[in-house]
Amino acid sequence: MSDLLNVSSSPHVRSKVNTSNLMLMVVIALLPASIFGVYNFGIHALLVILVSVAACVLTEWLYNKGMKKTQTIGDYSAVVTGILLALNMPPAIALWIPALGGVFAILVVKQLFGGLGQNFMNPALAGRCFLMISFTGKMTDFTLPSGANSKVFVDAVTAATPLANVKSGEGTVDVMSMFVGNIQGTIGETSVIAILIGAAFLLFMKVIDLRIPLTYIGSFTVFVAIYSMAAKGGLDINYIAAHLCGGGLMLGAWFMATDYVTTPITKKGQLVYGCLLGIVTAVFRIFGGSAEGVSYAIIFCNLLIPLIERVTIPTALGKGGQK
Amino acid sequence: MGLLTFKGGVHPYDGKELSKDKPIKSVSPKGDLVYLLSQHIGAPAKPIVAKGDHVLAGQKIAEPGGFVSSPVHASVSGTVKAIEPRLTVTGAMVPAIIVENDQKYEEVEFSGVEKVEDLSKDEVIKRIQEGGVVGMGGAGFPTHVKLSPKDPDKIEYVLINGAECEPYITSDYKRMMDEPQLVIAGLKTILYLFDNAKGYICIEDNKPDCIKKMEELVKSEPRIEVKALQTKYPQGAERSLIYATTGREVNSGMLPADAGCVVDNVETAVAAYKAVVLGRPLMHKIITVTGDAIADPQNFAVCTGTIYEELVEEAGGFKQEPEKIISGGPMMGQGLFSMQVPVTKSSSALLCLTKDEVSANRETACINCGRCVSVCPARLVPSRLATFADHQNEEAFVKWEGMECVACGCCSFTCPAKRHLTQSIKSMRAIVLNNRKKNA
Repeated sequence: MSDLLNVSSSPHVRSKVNTSNLMLMVVIALLPASIFGVYNFGIHALLVILVSVAACVLTEWLYNKGMKKTQTIGDYSAVVTGILLALNMPPAIALWIPALGGVFAILVVKQLFGGLGQNFMNPALAGRCFLMISFTGKMTDFTLPSGANSKVFVDAVTAATPLANVKSGEGTVDVMSMFVGNIQGTIGETSVIAILIGAAFLLFMKVIDLRIPLTYIGSFTVFVAIYSMAAKGGLDINYIAAHLCGGGLMLGAWFMATDYVTTPITKKGQLVYGCLLGIVTAVFRIFGGSAEGVSYAIIFCNLLIPLIERVTIPTALGKGGQK
Repeated sequence: MGLLTFKGGVHPYDGKELSKDKPIKSVSPKGDLVYLLSQHIGAPAKPIVAKGDHVLAGQKIAEPGGFVSSPVHASVSGTVKAIEPRLTVTGAMVPAIIVENDQKYEEVEFSGVEKVEDLSKDEVIKRIQEGGVVGMGGAGFPTHVKLSPKDPDKIEYVLINGAECEPYITSDYKRMMDEPQLVIAGLKTILYLFDNAKGYICIEDNKPDCIKKMEELVKSEPRIEVKALQTKYPQGAERSLIYATTGREVNSGMLPADAGCVVDNVETAVAAYKAVVLGRPLMHKIITVTGDAIADPQNFAVCTGTIYEELVEEAGGFKQEPEKIISGGPMMGQGLFSMQVPVTKSSSALLCLTKDEVSANRETACINCGRCVSVCPARLVPSRLATFADHQNEEAFVKWEGMECVACGCCSFTCPAKRHLTQSIKSMRAIVLNNRKKNA
């Protein structure tokens, strides 16, 4: 009998939660925003999502195959990257752009640094920023082709996003439609309500907690409120609400700033990271050249994580001085 | 009052329903008995019998090898067959006295006292040492050492640890249900040593019947209270228990006594009472034999020195081929490769599982999710510590408080990437301690 027994170090039991089912839950949580994007912008948005996911998964599969590594596409992390990348694309973008972005995100940002867990930047956002720099015109063109089966301003030709209107002070800004999402923007960022439904699911399933999103949104709100008081001579609620609902803030705060790999592991560090994100985002949005700031803020703060962790090593039990 | 608890912890499947309603059954050993000379932390005991000697149950067969050491007593009557190294649960070979059981169970005469107050405090501690009492929660630290702090007047709390937070094990539960008065008598024996202390009997709230029974019995005891704890592993770990009940924090450089606490397991308290008042040394242990591979899970009162294999037969053998056998609970127990190891003073359970969850899962890359940080009762960062351990980076390991790890296993249990965090940290901790010893 004895030769059949397994021997290992304790503990001898493991929880049922694993990387694959965590990632799968993130995929499920991204569905409301994705579905709304397709409903809002038409069938081409669906193609963008599919191409992006396919590019990500295929790149990872080929890389592992070529490098003779254990196949890792089963952990669904490439699917998450693919969806997030697509949700950050203008709805009418040419399909080769998300494909290229997917390859860049997975190959350069993730696999070349050692694969899942080793990437020091969020792959989807790094992919997006790479595309923004390389194809600025295409990535910021929110014009929908005439005849697209879209629910938003079919007549819109110049189609600026509401956030751009907030910045320039021109055009109309309707906060309610920004909350619901029938506005211009990237595929997945427009509907605050759809994003919050997904986020609520992740919170309920304990995949994410409130630390980062709340500190992020909180510090962002405070900064914008102070700016609003200083620059406009009063607290402009509509201005703050438009900043909160506009652009990639909600998608970023709930789905990209919470990406496990690119957040500090210490609890205090997460609070610092969240606050920093809010401030950097607000600075980029208000004082930067572009109306958007979330993507750059997140990948910028990603780089600060080792520093944040170094100064937020938690105090062990019984090491906090005499009580 | 709300339930007392600590920060962190996990909720593994507890499996206690398999054996919690089974009465404690006494089993008589059939084969030879093996008395290891190291059943405790500290110097090994020195044999005082020779091959061929006749011994009686309760007779001292080995004397302590120092102050931090404990004697060993025979639990049956018979003849000393050999003194030779034998296998232990950890896989090491340790010198042992082997006694051939004559099945007569003749006992030496025990000299009891009417009540503990008839003895001086020094006599009480002497009797506890003479009785071979060691911490029976698992560590096996000699109890008389624990009960001799520098300043006994500074002890404010005596905690009886009845949390039994390890899944599957029901031996402490059975003791508290069947013989609660023995537990209380044990606590009173210890309280006698500490004039300024209050006694707490600490029980997890998954044993409401037990809490109720104890509360009923201590109603008229001014110095004793029952504390209900939230059911969460590792609620019964010494530092977690102290934090949950008193709010005081103990680190690796401190003893519980430094925080004004003495913590003893339920069984240890019972053994202390028996040693002091009845004059009976530690000879028996309650062992839960359980797991989904066991035909009839049971709680056994067994003689120390009994070979584990006999207990499996006593529990009806295996109904299914076991894949993993563990001495102790699933969170901190030792995986066994042989059943030819004896029950020691700190054994508590024999767990036989048909499935080994460790080998069923493949280790994958850390995704930095921070679950290990959330569950760590010592408030560490296990993921980083395991990396430092794998890189043998002693400096960073110590800086990130790796030495504070209590090896509870929560991080490995909870890790979605199925990484063997506890194992890495435990090994590195041993290496650091070893290096310190070398350089000292």
